[in-house]
Amino acid sequence: MAKRNTNKSAQVAFERLYKKSVSARSETSPNERIHITIGTATCGRAAGAPDTLQAFRDEIARRNIDVTLTEVGCRGYCYAEPMVVISKPGYPPICYGYVTPGVAERLVNDFIISGDPCLEFAIGALEENELIPAIFDQPRFKYEKRNLLRNCGEIDPDDIDQYISAGGYSALAKALDMSPQRIIDEIGKSGLRGLGGAGFPAADKWQLCRDTPSDMRYIICNADEGDPGAFMDRTILESDPHSVIEGMALAGYVIGSSKGYVYVREEYPLAVKRIENAIRHARAKKLLGGDILGSGFEFDIEVFQGAGAFVCGEATALIASLEGKRGWPRPRPPRNAVQGLWDKPTLINNVKTLAYVPLVIERGAAWLAGIGTDDSKGTAVFALAGKVRNTGLTEVPMGTTLRHIVYDIGGGIPNGRKFKAVQIGGPSGGCLPEKLLNLPVDFDSLSHAGGMMGSGGMVILDEDNCMVETARYFLEFTHNESCGKCTFCRLGTVQMLDILDDITRGKGKTDDLKLIEELAKDIKEGSLCGLGQSAPNPILTTLSYFKEEYEAHIVEKRCPAKVCPELTATYIVPEKCERSCDACVGTCPTEAIFTGKSGIKVIDQEKCVKCNTCIAACPPQYKAIIKISPLSELPQAERRPATKGSNDR
Amino acid sequence: MSAELSIAQIIDTIIPHPAGRSDLIPVLQKTQATLGYLPREAMMAIAEKLGLHSSEVYSVATFYNQLRLTPPGRQQIKVCLGTACQIKGGKIILDSWKRELNLEEGKTSADREYSLERVACVGCCAMAPVTVVNNRIEAKVSPTRVKGILLDFELQKQKHNGEKKHK
Repeated sequence: MAKRNTNKSAQVAFERLYKKSVSARSETSPNERIHITIGTATCGRAAGAPDTLQAFRDEIARRNIDVTLTEVGCRGYCYAEPMVVISKPGYPPICYGYVTPGVAERLVNDFIISGDPCLEFAIGALEENELIPAIFDQPRFKYEKRNLLRNCGEIDPDDIDQYISAGGYSALAKALDMSPQRIIDEIGKSGLRGLGGAGFPAADKWQLCRDTPSDMRYIICNADEGDPGAFMDRTILESDPHSVIEGMALAGYVIGSSKGYVYVREEYPLAVKRIENAIRHARAKKLLGGDILGSGFEFDIEVFQGAGAFVCGEATALIASLEGKRGWPRPRPPRNAVQGLWDKPTLINNVKTLAYVPLVIERGAAWLAGIGTDDSKGTAVFALAGKVRNTGLTEVPMGTTLRHIVYDIGGGIPNGRKFKAVQIGGPSGGCLPEKLLNLPVDFDSLSHAGGMMGSGGMVILDEDNCMVETARYFLEFTHNESCGKCTFCRLGTVQMLDILDDITRGKGKTDDLKLIEELAKDIKEGSLCGLGQSAPNPILTTLSYFKEEYEAHIVEKRCPAKVCPELTATYIVPEKCERSCDACVGTCPTEAIFTGKSGIKVIDQEKCVKCNTCIAACPPQYKAIIKISPLSELPQAERRPATKGSNDR
Repeated sequence: MSAELSIAQIIDTIIPHPAGRSDLIPVLQKTQATLGYLPREAMMAIAEKLGLHSSEVYSVATFYNQLRLTPPGRQQIKVCLGTACQIKGGKIILDSWKRELNLEEGKTSADREYSLERVACVGCCAMAPVTVVNNRIEAKVSPTRVKGILLDFELQKQKHNGEKKHK
């Protein structure tokens, strides 16, 4: 428990620690040496970063050169992974994208050994200079403001000295020399709201937890990022885990807790590893454990791996799961801040909220209050995915419009397709159409439009995505993840899913839509937790903004986006087929395409599984394969000749 | 894990100092990591160790998606169906795996070579659609890539069997 310091003892202790870290840094990587950093967070790894890393190692060893090679986290430009930054004296640090092993070899030989910075692979320089265009001149940087992501991709997450040298843990030291109440007041003045989705004022929660009398209090960092389409908590844990630890320790000091848990999904093995390493390193530096920075404050953190239940993102269900029970939510009140884990007052905050707190303490309440809109302060991190060019993470001030995020930062829709909708907030959020693109993104305007900030997942849909199928998908998800406690959520979602299933199969009836709306209202009202209360959102928003798509499915048996397999066929236009080309025949996984009489390729509709492989395979100069919906418009095509070979199969 | 140890002994090594109910989920996770799944005997032994009723252990084991009561295949295929993967044709990829493996989701093949599951989201949305093959994330999977991955497995198996015969 904390002992009040009236002097600056923690900051003095921190100063010593800081100097040590800085000198450790300059010893291991002096400025005059060449540095290569490579992003090896989950996206980087999926894109082949381990092979690139090995290629760098091999080439550096082969050419016997003096270079430091460091693994860092993710900058958020996941589309360009594997991503590499090379700092060579005499040049600005240059960021390269899509670095395959072959490109890695060239960078070592052409740039590091010779002097050609290989601009064909460069995304931009990380500093203003006269040689190479800086990355900051690109449109997205006009809108981005990296507070939470400031260290992501810059530092080695497994090296605590790098975090400390970058100013890390100074806020904790500063806080330990302040009174807990002053810290809460400071957070209150800053206007920081919970970044897990609901947007509850952080200071109020902290105050309530601190004011509830108890012999023990707990801190839980909610990293059970279950929303499909969101991956910022993963990135922060993988790329800058110490910022979360610092925020938790600070929170522990404020509310008077000595024990914290990081509840992280087991689906994030790398995040688990990195946060566990970081906790160990922090303990070794006495930034966790007993007597932190000589202040007498004691705090430690344990990592708990969630076992794969979406509902555990809900705070009361998360606590049940930590206690070793089924992840069932319970009615509130009592609030967790009053009676939470093992009935003790418990502070549950999202990864981003906790990571923000050190920044607020270090830079002051006025700094945060100066960013964002009147009611939503600071920045928000969004995960851009789906049909958008620059998939990845972006951090923007609250109030930035959807259009800026999708077009200026995300680079718009690829392949010349048209934007259809943006899905925000995962299964609890909604699909917003083009006419709402000028909506500023903050907690309140999104909820007014039927969406939700949620975890910040933003999935872009283009004209090739069916809105009914999308709604069906989310309902299938919430139906699978419903914990089963409340009848409306457990059974209501089944009924709705059945109806939507029928509609996507062309078996919908006209009064189905009315029934869906009624059911949606009942599920919202009859469910205990956020999962059930928000489960109908994706259906309600698609119904209000894209009703004509539902009607096309029901009345005309037509899927306007040509997605729903029961209502769509793939067809080769005979006039466009080149005849002598066999590209489609070879790629078809079910051998559904055969060569007809005059060499024209024909699809056997009975065998076709509608996987679209042939459409991708047909050379772009022909574009002979199209999709047709409704099925009644499918022209009569040649039948497969009954040869011996086809009979055998 | 060596064959000589009984399941109860394995549980003993996993929980040397039983604390109570709060250990339940980590213990189930560790047991699954060791045995590949949660056999009935293991759940009974855990219940005894933690002082719980076996039905309580079963209730928790069946609640969470990560925990499985049947053995997985040697090659574990997990198809991501998060939003981004779904938008980019994740369902087509799941269908491809089902078709190529002749397996329904959630099932293990009769020879225990392959198991096929769907996962909600692995947080690798920028690389959609993805499939996790033996804990390695395969990015931007297509139906032809599915065939390719399986072909690779088959060739490796043939090579392995050939080497064994040689010895």
